[in-house]
Amino acid sequence: MEIGLMSLLVYAGSAQFIGISMLSAGAGIIPIIITTFTINLRHMLMSSSLSTFMRNLGIGKLSLFAYGVTDESFALNTARFRDGNWDWRRALVLNHTSNLAWIISTVAGGFSGRFIPAGALGIDYALIAMFVCLLVFQLRGRLYVIVAIISGILAVTLSLFLPGNAYIVAASVIAATLGVFLKRSKQFASTEQKS
Amino acid sequence: MIHDNYLYVILGMGVVTYIPRWLPLVFLSRRRLPDWFEQWLDLIPAAILSALILPILITTGAPRHLDLFRPELIVAVPTLAFAVKTRSLAGTVILGMFLFWLAGKFF
Repeated sequence: MEIGLMSLLVYAGSAQFIGISMLSAGAGIIPIIITTFTINLRHMLMSSSLSTFMRNLGIGKLSLFAYGVTDESFALNTARFRDGNWDWRRALVLNHTSNLAWIISTVAGGFSGRFIPAGALGIDYALIAMFVCLLVFQLRGRLYVIVAIISGILAVTLSLFLPGNAYIVAASVIAATLGVFLKRSKQFASTEQKS
Repeated sequence: MIHDNYLYVILGMGVVTYIPRWLPLVFLSRRRLPDWFEQWLDLIPAAILSALILPILITTGAPRHLDLFRPELIVAVPTLAFAVKTRSLAGTVILGMFLFWLAGKFF
């Protein structure tokens, strides 16, 4: 019951785990909420990025969609939007099917978790492999590869110093910004050559 | 029986989970964005996915430290190659899981 309610209201895996462990460690409400907020800041970047595909939609539809923005749905929806042949309806269905599966499986996990051996059948790697493949879908040119490499190296470096997962947002913002500068300087160089 | 405190915690967590997802969608999707910002947003997915993955592959523990010889990283090499070659999401996930399971037998 508690698990289901949490999955319904706080649809964010890592935040849920950390919230629970802070709660059981006796942390106060405010620190837990602040921590949750900082963990979830990366979704702000994802929503910003997704907004370019969701032009001219009503506020109701956007609000419904926003609820389901997670690392996984973001990665999948972005890949599909880029392929074309994808629209907000399908994206919305994807988000809410994922959420339903999340609620059901977290509750089921609460009942049966103790019967499953840790790391059974390489399941720990499913998400990593999916992210690897979705990253490959994103690499649509040299600039994207460069940005991904910069971001990855930055993320690793920052993760050794910054607390929590602040490195994700920090690395992505810096790498994408460098990418824009790189693109602009290239464009500048090529237009100069032409004139 | 749900503890009162627990309810407030969940509600608070819910609000701060939802707001960051909602604000950009509602405010950015109806504006004409400047070129540089569109370009920036276009690069975000590649950057964010890479920033999510790489630390999982080569760092470990709390506090984090570098560890270059983990099965996660070794398995990622053929998984990445397979993804580039086939561009198949399901295939990549299955191969990755299989190789990771296999690696677990040796490490």
